[in-house]
Amino acid sequence: MSLMSEVGQKAFNLGVPLTVHLDVTYRCNERCVHCYLDHDDHGEMTTAEIKDVLDQLAEAGVFFLTFSGGEVFMRRDFFEIVEHARRLMFNVKIKTNAVMIHEEEARRIRELAVDTIQISVYSHRPEVHDAITKLPHSFERTIKAIRFLREQGLRVTIANVLMTVNSSDHMGVQKLAAELGVHYTLDPTITPMMDGDTSVLSLRIPGEELPEIFHNPALVGSQEEFCAPPKPASAEDLEGYSCSAGHSFCYISPYGDVFPCVQFPLPTGNIRQQKFLDIWNLSPQMKEVRSIQAKDLTVCSSCSHVASCSRCPGLAYVEGNMRGPSTADCEKSFYRTGVPTENMLRQGLSKPRAISGNTAPLIQIRPIQIQPITVPA
Amino acid sequence: MPETCIYIARSSAIAARALAGEMMVMNSADSTFFTLNEVATVIFQAADGRTPLREIVRDQICEQFDVDPEQAQADAEQFVAELSGHGILLVSNQPLASETP
Repeated sequence: MSLMSEVGQKAFNLGVPLTVHLDVTYRCNERCVHCYLDHDDHGEMTTAEIKDVLDQLAEAGVFFLTFSGGEVFMRRDFFEIVEHARRLMFNVKIKTNAVMIHEEEARRIRELAVDTIQISVYSHRPEVHDAITKLPHSFERTIKAIRFLREQGLRVTIANVLMTVNSSDHMGVQKLAAELGVHYTLDPTITPMMDGDTSVLSLRIPGEELPEIFHNPALVGSQEEFCAPPKPASAEDLEGYSCSAGHSFCYISPYGDVFPCVQFPLPTGNIRQQKFLDIWNLSPQMKEVRSIQAKDLTVCSSCSHVASCSRCPGLAYVEGNMRGPSTADCEKSFYRTGVPTENMLRQGLSKPRAISGNTAPLIQIRPIQIQPITVPA
Repeated sequence: MPETCIYIARSSAIAARALAGEMMVMNSADSTFFTLNEVATVIFQAADGRTPLREIVRDQICEQFDVDPEQAQADAEQFVAELSGHGILLVSNQPLASETP
């Protein structure tokens, strides 16, 4: 086990929020076709409020802090926020489309010792990238920014979201990343919109095309290992948890709402009404998420994939039950290994049903009204 | 011959946080990651650029831990040299300005 994994496990066991993802705005200068956000400002936290949140996060033991959005540079105070975060000695990562990063911004990011900048690139073909972002010349501006950042010696990762409209471009983007001297990461996950609109799910790569991705060694590393049939679950596996959501990770929206994860729109409290640590330690919703072990899962506990599936409790929650299956992950497990999931078997399916989305409303976009938690004296 | 003072300060390029009594430290320049034990954490937290290392060892390490002062000083110097090599600590024989990002 690496030192980093040991520390992660320690934080998990102690219930320390080691990593927090903070969206500082939902506003954006791009209009990506697959984006799940509403880009209006419904009352973002002020500079002072965000600084106070950062103070609280440092006190709570948060070490890894990701700033994202929206587009983070839409906030004029973004550097002031990062500066405050670095003064508090967070390890800072930034997710951005980078179109507002020029030489001066790249230099400032280096001065602030930001760990990594993750930048969305959808294609190596400018016309495809620009058609997805709906911002003319965005490809050109993003690539130029990556060069500025690299000139400063900064670590950059290109995040390549794969969907129907760019499904054949991942090799080209990988090659581009290599030319630019940056890391590459691929993500085939498309999330329903926050207002419950699931039309964006039509952009998801059809399941039938997933085997091509999952069996590509350039993308998944050891194909033998990645696509191996599932091993029988051990007693230890059944005592295990899905992921770090709510255990050592959480998400905070620009309005101060706290969730177990970016993909887990279960409201647990609002930082404008309560202290972060009170939400983290005392919220009944957080406690419920934390309590769920593999053996408690309604369908998945008896699934042959239970020990190796990437089951996302947030996506399962969006489907209606945080203890239930996440259909998108069932699909991935099946197409990765060729072995049907328990969820499929119970429905008498020989292959996953095409995901057409659902109508579960997501509430993340609006400030949440929930009862404040009573803190024991 | 007067004794040379060693002053230590934390680099502005690092991230750090305590987890259950141990300090996690990461250098953003190369992503090297360390955890410091309790004694090393005390030295790291006292590295303000103004307090000589010998004073940190005498007033904090020897006060809080049951250690031989000479051995503690030698261990502290070795630890400081190691972290300095990784860009975590800045070392000088003059007081250092505290680095802020």
